[in-house]
Amino acid sequence: MDFSASFALVIPELILTVAGLALLLVAAWGGDKLVRPVAILAAAALFAAGIMTVPGLHSGVDGVGTYAFGTLMKVDSFALFSKALLYLAAIGALMVAPAFFNSVAAGAERGLRAEYPVLILFACLGMSIMVSASDFMTLYLGLELNSLAAYVLASILRQDQRSAEAGLKYFVLGALASGILLYGMSLLYGFTGGTDFVAVRAGLAGELSTGQLFGLTFVLAGLAFKIAAVPFHMWTPDVYEGAPTPVTLFFATAPKVAAVALTARVVFEVFGGQVDAWRQIVMFIALASIIFGALGAIGQDNLKRLLAYSSINNIGFILLGLAVALPAGASAMLIYLFIYVAMSLGSFAALLMLRGDDGGLYETFGDIAGLAVTRPAIAWCLLILMFSLAGIPPLLGFYSKFVVFQATVEAGLVFFAAIAIAASVIGAFYYIKFVKVMFFDEPAGVVAGKSGTAHWVLLGLTTLIVSPLGYLLTPSLADLTDKAAAALFLVP
Amino acid sequence: MDFPILTTMMLVPLVGAVLCLFAGSAARMIALVATLATFALGVLLWANYEIGGPQWQFTERYDFVAGFSYALGIDGIALMLIMLSVFLMPICILASWDAISKRVGEFMSAFLFMEVLMIGTFAAQDIFLFYIMFEAGLIPMYLIIGVWGGDNRIYASYKFFLYTLLGSVLMLVAMFWMVAEAGTSDIPTLMQYPFPEGAQTWLWLAFFASFAVKVPMWPFHTWLPDAHVQAPTAGSVILAGVLLKLGGYGFIRFSLPMFPDASADFAWFVFILSMVAVIYTSLVALVQADMKKLIAYSSVAHMAIVTVGLFAFNVQGLEGAVIVMLSHGLVSGALFLCVGVIYDRLHTREIERYGGLSVNMPYYAIFFLLFTMASIGLPGTSGFVGEFLSLAGIYQTSSLVALICTTGIILGAAYMLYLYRRVAFGQQNNSDAAAMKDITAREWAMMAPIAAVVLWMGVYPESFLAPMRADIAALDARIAVAAPDSDADLAAGLPRAEAANAVEYAGGGDH
Repeated sequence: MDFSASFALVIPELILTVAGLALLLVAAWGGDKLVRPVAILAAAALFAAGIMTVPGLHSGVDGVGTYAFGTLMKVDSFALFSKALLYLAAIGALMVAPAFFNSVAAGAERGLRAEYPVLILFACLGMSIMVSASDFMTLYLGLELNSLAAYVLASILRQDQRSAEAGLKYFVLGALASGILLYGMSLLYGFTGGTDFVAVRAGLAGELSTGQLFGLTFVLAGLAFKIAAVPFHMWTPDVYEGAPTPVTLFFATAPKVAAVALTARVVFEVFGGQVDAWRQIVMFIALASIIFGALGAIGQDNLKRLLAYSSINNIGFILLGLAVALPAGASAMLIYLFIYVAMSLGSFAALLMLRGDDGGLYETFGDIAGLAVTRPAIAWCLLILMFSLAGIPPLLGFYSKFVVFQATVEAGLVFFAAIAIAASVIGAFYYIKFVKVMFFDEPAGVVAGKSGTAHWVLLGLTTLIVSPLGYLLTPSLADLTDKAAAALFLVP
Repeated sequence: MDFPILTTMMLVPLVGAVLCLFAGSAARMIALVATLATFALGVLLWANYEIGGPQWQFTERYDFVAGFSYALGIDGIALMLIMLSVFLMPICILASWDAISKRVGEFMSAFLFMEVLMIGTFAAQDIFLFYIMFEAGLIPMYLIIGVWGGDNRIYASYKFFLYTLLGSVLMLVAMFWMVAEAGTSDIPTLMQYPFPEGAQTWLWLAFFASFAVKVPMWPFHTWLPDAHVQAPTAGSVILAGVLLKLGGYGFIRFSLPMFPDASADFAWFVFILSMVAVIYTSLVALVQADMKKLIAYSSVAHMAIVTVGLFAFNVQGLEGAVIVMLSHGLVSGALFLCVGVIYDRLHTREIERYGGLSVNMPYYAIFFLLFTMASIGLPGTSGFVGEFLSLAGIYQTSSLVALICTTGIILGAAYMLYLYRRVAFGQQNNSDAAAMKDITAREWAMMAPIAAVVLWMGVYPESFLAPMRADIAALDARIAVAAPDSDADLAAGLPRAEAANAVEYAGGGDH
């Protein structure tokens, strides 16, 4: 085994590991005094890891040369695209954190703790391993590394009951999901005799036995838990609401990217020969997520809960691309993921900017009434983001739905697409309620506090991407996602 | 022509819209200048349009988006509808000059965005670009109704938004299917593509879901009265003047040429809905106490004349339908302006609160009378030309439909004259209404141009028919083979040796 070639392939992971361990020591000895340099270095490490993905992304890598450490990892274009995206999202989560944790919103424990950037780094490392896993062992390793860091992040405000509750809920349900996933993996191992994707795929050839079918179903159920798709979505609103908002921003973006990418890799590389077996499941999950995500959001008054349901709804659309089971669908799914990450970062950054004079956060509809009069810049950015989430052209959110539905219809799933697109109108209802409250209602005037520069940068940047100017990005984006999707379908 | 005039026409209001957002109260002037400049470009566009030239002129094409292209180009029909939009826009800005006092910059900005999208919809040559422009209009219109509308504006804005959105998304699925089948998203190519007959039915229904809501056809019209009544005056003008035309334009550009067989199959379905609409909404209009609601219902009746004309499958019907669209855009827009003028003075739209306005507002009464007559379809006004052609067209296909639709015209005369009598004639029962001043110079500047064009179109419609004659003929040639069953007993009779207007037979065009 050529270790130097393998190490060359996992340079981003190495950077994150070294940076994570070194910063952990700095944080342990230096304490919270050093949080600022730790956060900056963590962001720099993520950025550097992201830069490392660029050459491969640009030229497009796939095939046998992308396997590292035997068949444990596969660093192809698909993995690189997902990594680049989740590193960017993680940098966003680092950018917005200080202003939040230094305000009264953080409750009794003011001040950003040095563990926060370190935990983000380890979570990203776990996700990196997840998206490039090509063996169930690596998959589980990455998944758990990510999950354990995430449980701690959710409850990072130890004195805050909601945060502790969110962390506990996330942990219990996440452990259950891991259990389901492990059980499925063990069944697959038992019935096929291998843990690496190629061997399992070979073992699944021909008619599926009952045990294999159970294994497949359990694995998919466990993954659906991780991506918060209906009917395994129950934890999402509670965790999103309870976790500190910067952590929610992180949960809504990076882990979604990783979990969706992982699911895509498993269904195409492991179950690629059994499309009919998993397609029904994914189609049901997708439709159910779209419909229940939209219906659940209608009654919500808390904006974080609402965005949680919105993320469930969006996952449904992303899974539409997966259900297509063709490179075009996978490419559309990645485009959707990119745009979804931009929209989520923007909307949570805007939520973090809704603060009163004392710095406290506001997060219900009543608080943002008449925001267009009191804080027009935030209101207009939110308007663009909300219409984009609703998929109204000419905003980029429309383009994401455009590519997904185009792939679905081209694959012949016309009826399925028609139901899904009609259900998307239900979703439009609560997004335009956002606009209605901000623009049509009388000002409540409670949002008065200043917002940090980092928030403005993130909000401005994402709004710009989501605005019609974002269409200029689409040719290069489509080029990257096409390469990534092609790598995914290249079965050795 | 090398100069990208269509893009420029969209850029001017776009720049204006962005400036207005930051301009505060100077936004009024910026918006007026931007819309007038766009109108001037529109005049230039018409002047340079080569009648009898290539079908698609001023074409532009750039590929900077993955999945579809930014392709523009117009034929005569699109030219006329673009002219209608850019002509009405400066008038809308003038109408909101004093009426809008809060958040002026945002209001003007929303209007200018609207203008960009309307030009884009009519000029789009890529089916997805069309959809984007078509659908994006929801955002500014939602804001216009919701922020600057009347008391019940929230309900009206939601209804408008969700109704129109639900109609459109199914059309998008149909578009994907068509593009996958034909392998191109280029509208001129798709207009010639023979879609299989079985698929045409479904595609037609999907497009119908969108356009029937936009037109609006009975029974999908219920959003219109709410939206009209709650919208500010300028919003109503643009809604009635241009946005309703998007539905009719959609039928001409997509449903008829792309699915001729399905259009023929569904022609009677459209006729029945239109007949119900003409009679039913006219009767509803008769009993309205709110002026805007009355005109809104009359819009539904007029648009029903458009749909029967379109599905008559002959040249007269098609030409008539387009002229009714243009005429209705001008006339109903002007009628909403007339309502706006007195609403600004008395802040009520209740008919009972007015009366005898011809005494204290004689000039206003003259304009109002002219537009009332044009709405009824009096010869010499634009309404006559369009309705006559439409009904002449449908008469060749079905005398029954022609009979019922003509009844609608009589009912139209009834409700419009009844409205006019109660507002302008009779006793001056309300002292505050009797004390209102006649129209100002600004209001003259709004009404006089529309009045002039209404008369121009009524007296010499050739100016408006000439640019689109070749396009209508091409469309007729494409759909004539599929013409629906006719119940018009066009007895051939004994041929005369020499017709009164005998010309040498040039072939084609038999029904």
